Amino acid sequence: MPLTMFEKIWRSHRVAEEDGLALLYIDRHFLQDGPRRKFEVLEEAGVGVRRPDLTFATVDHYVATDGTPPEALPEGRRRGIADIGRDAARHGIALYGQDDPRQGIVHVVGPERGISLPGTTIVCNDSHTPTHGGVGALAFGIGSTECGHVLATQTLWMKKPRTMRVCVTGRLPEGVGAKDMALAVVGRLGAAGAAGHVVEFAGSAVAALSVEGRLTLCNLSTECGARSAMVAPDETTFAYLAGRPHTPAGLAWERAVGRWRMLPSDPGAAFDREVAIDAAEIAPTVSWGISPDQVLPISGRVPDPDMAPDEGRRTAWRRALDYMDLKPGTPLDGIPVDRVFIGSCTNGRIEDLRAAARLVAGRRAAVPAWVVPGSAAVRSEAEAEGLDRVFRDAGFEWRQPGCSMCVAQNGDLVTPGERCASTTNRNFIGRQGPGSRTHLVSPATAAAAAVTGRLTDHRRLARG
Amino acid sequence: MRSFHRLSATAAALPEADIDTDRIIPARFIDRRPQDGLADCLFHDLRFAADGSERPEFALNRPGWRDAGILVTGPNFGCGSSREHAIFALLDWGVRVVIGPSPAEIFANNAFENGLLMVAPERAAVLELLGRLETAPATTVTVDLERQVVEWDNRSVPFAIDPRRRRCLLAGLDTLALTLAMTERITAFEAARGEA
Repeated sequence: MPLTMFEKIWRSHRVAEEDGLALLYIDRHFLQDGPRRKFEVLEEAGVGVRRPDLTFATVDHYVATDGTPPEALPEGRRRGIADIGRDAARHGIALYGQDDPRQGIVHVVGPERGISLPGTTIVCNDSHTPTHGGVGALAFGIGSTECGHVLATQTLWMKKPRTMRVCVTGRLPEGVGAKDMALAVVGRLGAAGAAGHVVEFAGSAVAALSVEGRLTLCNLSTECGARSAMVAPDETTFAYLAGRPHTPAGLAWERAVGRWRMLPSDPGAAFDREVAIDAAEIAPTVSWGISPDQVLPISGRVPDPDMAPDEGRRTAWRRALDYMDLKPGTPLDGIPVDRVFIGSCTNGRIEDLRAAARLVAGRRAAVPAWVVPGSAAVRSEAEAEGLDRVFRDAGFEWRQPGCSMCVAQNGDLVTPGERCASTTNRNFIGRQGPGSRTHLVSPATAAAAAVTGRLTDHRRLARG
Repeated sequence: MRSFHRLSATAAALPEADIDTDRIIPARFIDRRPQDGLADCLFHDLRFAADGSERPEFALNRPGWRDAGILVTGPNFGCGSSREHAIFALLDWGVRVVIGPSPAEIFANNAFENGLLMVAPERAAVLELLGRLETAPATTVTVDLERQVVEWDNRSVPFAIDPRRRRCLLAGLDTLALTLAMTERITAFEAARGEA
């Protein structure tokens, strides 16, 4: 019987089954400077970490992006960073601390170090863990108590998800990228549209994406409720992974690539749901509301709640427009913004910074604009290419890596009432700080917003 | 894990769809330790205005719902961040059961792991209950895990729950202890497959 890629990975990691739940073996476990509940679970059970060699820790949520050392942070954040340092040391887990050249946002670091590999199962106490599916891994976001279970047993009980294939065929128009595709998919499926499913992104437009773009695409699958998301590994994936610090080398590499070539879904494999999207119809996409599925092309207008297709959406749209302080019918292209943020596990990779820098070169920021690289490695690479100079010369702030203003847990806040064009993943009420108003955009759109002070169709700037 | 059999309590209604965990507990409170108490952070920015005054229109600020033991929600409750503080804040406030159609999966898993019962009857049944709470906010709602029903007035609606979860919750069994008893199988699995 032809199998999906998901089915192949699921079957090869099933340790046991009970009452319709599978006990799944976990190949990689990423830890962050989050709640230490996971280690309290171990302490309560009186056991240690089963596989510290498969466990990797980095600091991202609490770290300052202005170079402030952890010791100088307020108590809660200082403790968060100190806790993971102590717990990692005690259990023999590799730690990428603040000054470590390997440090960065966990979902940037995993693929970049070659820790996340095709066909592996990955978990992390973070909802954006499906990101790692961009290299063909099966990756799940889980809670801290479940992480404790994984630390103790290297396994996780899971209900088997259903499968969905989202085929994006054709070619993306010039100036339209992976973030636009991802936002368009979330808009099409809805905030819970992929609930209970593992999504496989396929089709010629997905195959044409770089690995960075695929990571962005899988990252946003969380925002339509997907349990996970994946792109089948191919030559692009192998070229990206070759030679990274944790990827196999020599003969082991040849063998690994041989195994990875068997992973893609077999021809004729059945999915529980199929969705087809035409890449040519995707435009630079921006969010206008307070849920990541409230998106439109930049050429669109703020929707009118009175025109909503049902009562539920009428109420939701009213609430969104009220919070976002927007009037129905306002063209999105031209809405003034107070601030721009470029970074996060969604768009903090080198390719994202290059796309933004191309727009920024030779121009000046009209509003406060930050660039927060996704990792120390991305930051170094960007500096080697001179991108930091491009941003600094334009009046942007060039900061240290971390989650920063995406989740606003480290003190990097959008101030109340401010409107921020942001390359992040969530426009929830208060997400970037109490009273913050977020427009989710691509790196190129963010760059255009920074230099014009407005949501802007960046293709106009590129042509001009 | 605390065991759960049955609860009869007043129920607060939060009918809005897609209430994310940033709304249940804003990210700036995540550096607090759950054992130090999180009840004051629950729905913080919905409960309180910027000047710290209560917003009287928010469900949990309504006089009859301040000590609600049950929350009845719209679809996709708990979407967004995987933060378990959302569960701890609800438990700390005194909520033992959340009733809502198609809750977000990570939230539902976190709830189960920490003894908060998350049940998802059919959408129509939840809508009916939300409607009832609108007109009769003091209605006592009963959630019976043994019989797998939610009851109010003369209504009784069923809910499905994973049998293993039901067993663990009824007996107060800890998932980790059960898996640790399977260590030999995990070791055998590791030995059989070599390294990934």
